[in-house]
Amino acid sequence: MNYFELFQLPQRMELDAALLSQHYLQLQRRFHPDNFANASERDRRQSVQQAALINDAFQTLKHPLRRAEYLLQCRGIDLKHEQQSFQDPVFLMQQMELREQLAEIATAPEQTQVLQQQLEQELQQGQQQLHNELSQALEQQSETGNQQAASLLRKLKFFDKLQQELEFIEQQR
Amino acid sequence: MAYSNKVIDHYENPRNVGSFAKDDPTIATGMVGAPACGDVMRLQLKVNEQGVIEDARFKTYGCGSAIASSSLVTEWVKGKTLDEAQKITNTEIAQELALPPVKIHCSILAEDAIKAAIADYKQKQGAQG
Repeated sequence: MNYFELFQLPQRMELDAALLSQHYLQLQRRFHPDNFANASERDRRQSVQQAALINDAFQTLKHPLRRAEYLLQCRGIDLKHEQQSFQDPVFLMQQMELREQLAEIATAPEQTQVLQQQLEQELQQGQQQLHNELSQALEQQSETGNQQAASLLRKLKFFDKLQQELEFIEQQR
Repeated sequence: MAYSNKVIDHYENPRNVGSFAKDDPTIATGMVGAPACGDVMRLQLKVNEQGVIEDARFKTYGCGSAIASSSLVTEWVKGKTLDEAQKITNTEIAQELALPPVKIHCSILAEDAIKAAIADYKQKQGAQG
C-alpha cells in the first residue's frame, strides 16, 4: 500500500491538505500504541511500526517537494538515491549568482537590506514558476512528463537549499 | 561525522579559489551540481596551446567534502594534459581525502566538474576551428 492509498487520497500532486490532516489524525488515533497496551507483544510491535509508517507518510505527503519526489518514486523514478550530478550550465550559473548574493547578505547584513528583498523575491518567483511547471508535468502521467518533472524537481531542490540558507541567515539576526 | 585531516586542511586553506574570465577561449568552465544536497561547483581550467592545463580555479558552495574535493582537483590537474585530467576518477579523490560513503557524491561532483570543463573547452575549440 502506498502513502496515498494509506490516506485514501488520489495519487496526484494536487492535494487537499485539510483532508490529509483529517485522515492522518484518524489513522494516528486508530494505531496509537496506547490502544495496544494490553495486546499481545506481536500486536504491540506492529502498532508501533504502523504509527511510525503513518508519521513518515504524513511528513512525506505534507511537503510539496517530498510529495513530488514520492510521486515520481511510485512511477518508477528514484531521485532520492540519485548520485548523478546535475549539469545545466545556464541554471547552475544562475544558482551560483544567487549564492554569491546570499554570501554578501550574510557578511554585511546592514548594508544589504535591498539586496535581501530582491533575493527573497527572486527565490519566490523562481520557485513558484518551477512548482507550476512541476504540477503540469506530473499531471501528464506520461514518461516524458515524468522525466520533465524529475528535471524540474532537481532544480527546485537547489532553490529549496537557497531558501533554507536565507532563512537561516535571517534567524541569526 | 568526523572529517579527515586532509578534508579539514583543504576546507580551511582552500587552494585556487576564484575565477577566470569565462569568455576567454583558453578557459574551460565546468559547472555541476548535486540536487540532493543543493551543492554547486564551478571548476575552471586554463589550457595552453599544447593542451596542457596551466592553472585552475574553483568556487564551490557546499559542504566541507565538496569544497575539499574541488580544491584537491585544482591541484591535481595543474601540469596535466586534458587527456590525463579526463582520467581522474572520483575513487582517487575519495581515497585521497578519506571520504566516508555518504560523501562519495562530493567526489563524483568533482570528477564530473573536470569532465564538464573539458567538454566546454572542446566545444569552444570546435566553434573556433
